[in-house]
Amino acid sequence: MPELTETLSALTAEAKSRILILDGAMGTMIQAREPGEADFRGSRFTDWDKPLQGNNDLLNLTRPDMIEAIHGEFIAAGADLVETNTFSATSIAQADYAMEALASEIAEEGAKAARRAADSAGRPVGVLGAIGPTNKTLSLSPDVNNPGYREVTFDQVQAAYQEQAAAMAPHIDAFLIETIFDTLNAKAAIKALVDLGTDLPVVISGTITDASGRTLSGQTAEAFWYSVRHARPWAIGLNCALGAEAMRPHIAAIANLADTRVIAYPNAGLPNEFGEYDETPEETSAQLGEWASSGLVNILGGCCGTTPAHIAAIASAAKGKPPREIPSPAPMMRLSGLEPFDLAG
Amino acid sequence: MTTSAAQNFVNIGERTNVTGSARFRRLIKEADYETAVEVAREQVENGAQIIDVNMDEGLLDSEDAMVTFLNLIAAEPDIARVPVMVDSSKFEVIEAGLKCVQGRAVVNSISLKEGEDPFIRQARTCLSYGAAVVVMAFDEEGQADTAPRKIEICERAYRILTEKVGFAPQDIIFDPNIFAVATGIEEHNTYALDFIEAAREIRKRCPGAHISGGLSNISFSFRGNEAVRRAMHSVFLYHAIPAGMDMGIVNAGQLDIYDEIEPQLREAVEDVILNRREDATERLVDLAEDYRGQKGKSREKDTKWREEPVEKRLEHALIHGILDHVVEDTEEARQQKERPLHVIEGPLMDGMNIVGDLFGAGKMFLPQVVKSARVMKAAVAHLEPFMEKEKEEMGMVGKSNGKVLLATVKGDVHDIGKNIVGVVLACNGYEILDLGVMVPAETILDTAEKENVDMVGLSGLITPSLDEMVFVAAEMERRGMDLPLLIGGATTSPAHTAVKIEPAYGRAPIIHVSDASRAVGVVGALMSDEERPAYWEAAKARHERLRASRAGGPPTRRLPIGEAREQRFDPRPGAVDTPAPGFTGVQTYEDFDLAELARYIDWSPYFASWDLAGRYPAILEDEVVGEAATDLWNETQAMMQRLVGERWLSPKAVIGFWGARSQGDDILLETGDRLHTLRQQMVKTNERPNFALSDFIQPEGDHIGAFCVTAGPEADILAKQFEAAGDDYQAIMVKALADRFAEAMAEYMHRRVRRELWPYAPDENLDNEALIREKYRGIRPAPGYPAQPDHTEKETIFRLLDAEARIGVALTSSYAMDPSPSVSGLYFAHPESAYFAVGRIERDQVEDYATRKGWDVRKAERWLAPILNYDPYARVAAE
Repeated sequence: MPELTETLSALTAEAKSRILILDGAMGTMIQAREPGEADFRGSRFTDWDKPLQGNNDLLNLTRPDMIEAIHGEFIAAGADLVETNTFSATSIAQADYAMEALASEIAEEGAKAARRAADSAGRPVGVLGAIGPTNKTLSLSPDVNNPGYREVTFDQVQAAYQEQAAAMAPHIDAFLIETIFDTLNAKAAIKALVDLGTDLPVVISGTITDASGRTLSGQTAEAFWYSVRHARPWAIGLNCALGAEAMRPHIAAIANLADTRVIAYPNAGLPNEFGEYDETPEETSAQLGEWASSGLVNILGGCCGTTPAHIAAIASAAKGKPPREIPSPAPMMRLSGLEPFDLAG
Repeated sequence: MTTSAAQNFVNIGERTNVTGSARFRRLIKEADYETAVEVAREQVENGAQIIDVNMDEGLLDSEDAMVTFLNLIAAEPDIARVPVMVDSSKFEVIEAGLKCVQGRAVVNSISLKEGEDPFIRQARTCLSYGAAVVVMAFDEEGQADTAPRKIEICERAYRILTEKVGFAPQDIIFDPNIFAVATGIEEHNTYALDFIEAAREIRKRCPGAHISGGLSNISFSFRGNEAVRRAMHSVFLYHAIPAGMDMGIVNAGQLDIYDEIEPQLREAVEDVILNRREDATERLVDLAEDYRGQKGKSREKDTKWREEPVEKRLEHALIHGILDHVVEDTEEARQQKERPLHVIEGPLMDGMNIVGDLFGAGKMFLPQVVKSARVMKAAVAHLEPFMEKEKEEMGMVGKSNGKVLLATVKGDVHDIGKNIVGVVLACNGYEILDLGVMVPAETILDTAEKENVDMVGLSGLITPSLDEMVFVAAEMERRGMDLPLLIGGATTSPAHTAVKIEPAYGRAPIIHVSDASRAVGVVGALMSDEERPAYWEAAKARHERLRASRAGGPPTRRLPIGEAREQRFDPRPGAVDTPAPGFTGVQTYEDFDLAELARYIDWSPYFASWDLAGRYPAILEDEVVGEAATDLWNETQAMMQRLVGERWLSPKAVIGFWGARSQGDDILLETGDRLHTLRQQMVKTNERPNFALSDFIQPEGDHIGAFCVTAGPEADILAKQFEAAGDDYQAIMVKALADRFAEAMAEYMHRRVRRELWPYAPDENLDNEALIREKYRGIRPAPGYPAQPDHTEKETIFRLLDAEARIGVALTSSYAMDPSPSVSGLYFAHPESAYFAVGRIERDQVEDYATRKGWDVRKAERWLAPILNYDPYARVAAE
């Protein structure tokens, strides 16, 4: 059974009476500051033989001040929960920069930066240790001519996650397995947490990338929930992808079934032709405010393209609205393939 | 396979198991994975709900084969949509498999074979991948063969898994070992019974857990004799499913329909399975020789009729409802006859006359007749172009026995019964003009005049339709028409026809037709110039007697409404344990799993909708209708498979809860809306109160719920498509099934309400039979039914639920729900709330009710007409 940190117990209690607010997009905020190659390299990696610009997680080592400041802005905007800047802090994702050996350190420093910002908030602010999907997928073959081929193994992914989780664990309040496009990767992360033996709870968030309402690996929202519910997450939900409007039916499907809190943090709409997100704080918050009114969610926040202004608007839209009541679905054997399967006891 | 519990049985595909399929073993050994994947696909297409994958073969690298195969099927959405059962006796292979499956899988299997520690370790590993587990009845001492050992081991494993490992009971599946019977070894004779008994007891002692087994083991002694094996599988399931077996590794192709197994073979197999006689094995072994080399049941008998002359073949096809050869046979007959019409008037009508006679004599039943009609239609459809051509050439007009207009009256959308009457009449040579549902009187009568029909048939199911029928009759009188009028539908009655309709229209016979089998006789009598006068006289006399008996004798005494209210039920004790609903306001529910809903179907009314009387499942064995019911059932199940698999229906529900308090006989909602209820006024000789629904709501403050569920509009569309294809049988079937789904939705959602949405009975665990018998706490009365006979109360419910906008269910002018497979009502949670009938009420309550509803008394009397304890017209006359 997970044991809650003091901060998370306080937030758990508050979650009974109000909708908690998660922060917005770290990547968007970093981009806005336009860090150059020199910022990424700092003094430590001046001679690194690969270009490092774009390795946002590396800033945890080279510009921790910037990361901490961004966390601070989101906290000031009203965030109750902040995500560590560790989306790609695994040996698998860092391989692009030949920084596999640094993954653990990047993860640890990212956790610490978020912790510092959270602890100076003057109110309980929880730190979620972000565990991204990696850039490899366990259920799909990258080779169309060889559908049985896999680029990585479950054990490799699990090991990478376990290393990342161990590095973050001392500094965070919960793990956040997020932007899950392949549920099997998420299952490897869950297995990593089980094998690590951590007491910290986990928040799980998938991403529906397909207009047909499926994850990249083909599951419906319900099937996805069935596949990860053995982690007994502190919250389950969806993030990123096609923006709030496209996410709503899938969040509703999960809200209907999940016997835990529901978290939702969509992108600020769809990216435009320049890869930028145009949805204004008012637009995003109007949609999420309706979710709050409809009793769909317990935690709201933002993903790509959402700034502190978005978060402040979301917080104000959610204010005073009761959180979703957690249902207790009938006990059933709930299995899944790409689709859910129930058998009553 | 047998039918009684089919809905509760999960079919696990076994074709991708190297130990169960020689073909799959060969494919894997030859590394022909492409074909192996096709095997999996076929299996899912054929209805496997879970696929078992097993690579335990001595010469294989099982782990490698497992990983390769699972990775391959992960890339196939048609296969990967169903859960995987990772099957191996080696736990390393299982774990390697779990690492390839993104969905929530099942492990098959773990056991106490090596003792508790490894068992716990393996169970924990399964849990860390989120897998459910099959637990074999196997412990340190070996595999359990007797019932007591199976039970003991499973119970022990259950305790360890739920108490030490943290498994949810629902995620545990016991496999209490199916062993071969009829092996010649005496100790094996009880093996099937041991399994069945153990299953029953394990379900009792291990609540929530499931029972599974590998079916093919049972018939191992009869390898190579498919007919006997299939029979054994079916008989075994027939007995094991009711005992609690709810999953099985089954090759669906290796099953017979229980009722279709030849009786001699079935009895011999049953003797073996149930160990009913000492020489059971020898007798089956002897008998088995006769079946060797046959693929299941004998086909020889089924094809003999093909050797008969063409007239006999057509007759056979009509009587047995066989479509296969009808076009070629009709064509052959056409070539022999001078004119195509002679085929209809000759062999086809002869066949249908036999069908009609058998039906009239109660030897054939409605579903069979409808199937016969389908064959007839196909034959006629083949002949039509030839007849058209002939008509053109000769300038002829086709003749029919008569022309009957049928319509469901305005405000009503129910038409299954009307369609059946249409089909039955059509196969008796009548031309049917079916105007469909919700047909205004004007359209009916205009069409009748324009088309020069011989009679009009009106149908309706809900009580307001009774008034509409009176209106149609009065209009016929006003227009000076003299066409006979047929009245039918669930709420119609000879009494209503006599008392209300006949006085409105006296120029022609008015006949109440109680069911489709009567229709032919009635129409025949009315069409015949000789029979008609006497038939009409008899009907008039019958109606006169009914009117007299109703008018005669004083109405039963009623309590004044004030006194009845003093006898109200006091809801206060029993208030304490009702929690508040999980939400207030309204929520919509969609995306239901049709397979799950199917488990909540009460099948008895389904048979009733086909005029087959009896309780399901006993009806399948019924001496009189059993055969017809079983055929219907099998074909219904075939449609159910498609209906569920192809998601023909899109059920939706909307549910609302509100704070409420009772105020007299009304219920006041926090929204400011007011629900009105009616109180019993009968004089009670026992201590029972005089109920009104408002009694179940606390006057100081309480909650009430409301619901509307629908199977959706698709069934009507599908039915039209079937009709267009000449297949009334399936058209009626899909509509009748949609009605059942709507009722199942009501049952299912009510259960969810009790257990989670308004969790006043969170631990309730009733099976479908208990649900059908309303063993639960709380009620869901619907306006228009005995506890609140006033249909107009639906208007308030629909407004509160916003049902039209949310789930597309609208109310007609007569307060019928459209689309028709829909159910609505109120939820009451009071522990002592119970269904009751308001019964007849007095004028004092009607006046009071009218005031509360803001109606004049006349309007109240119209809506409450069926329950008035007085004659409102007498009052009018007196005034």
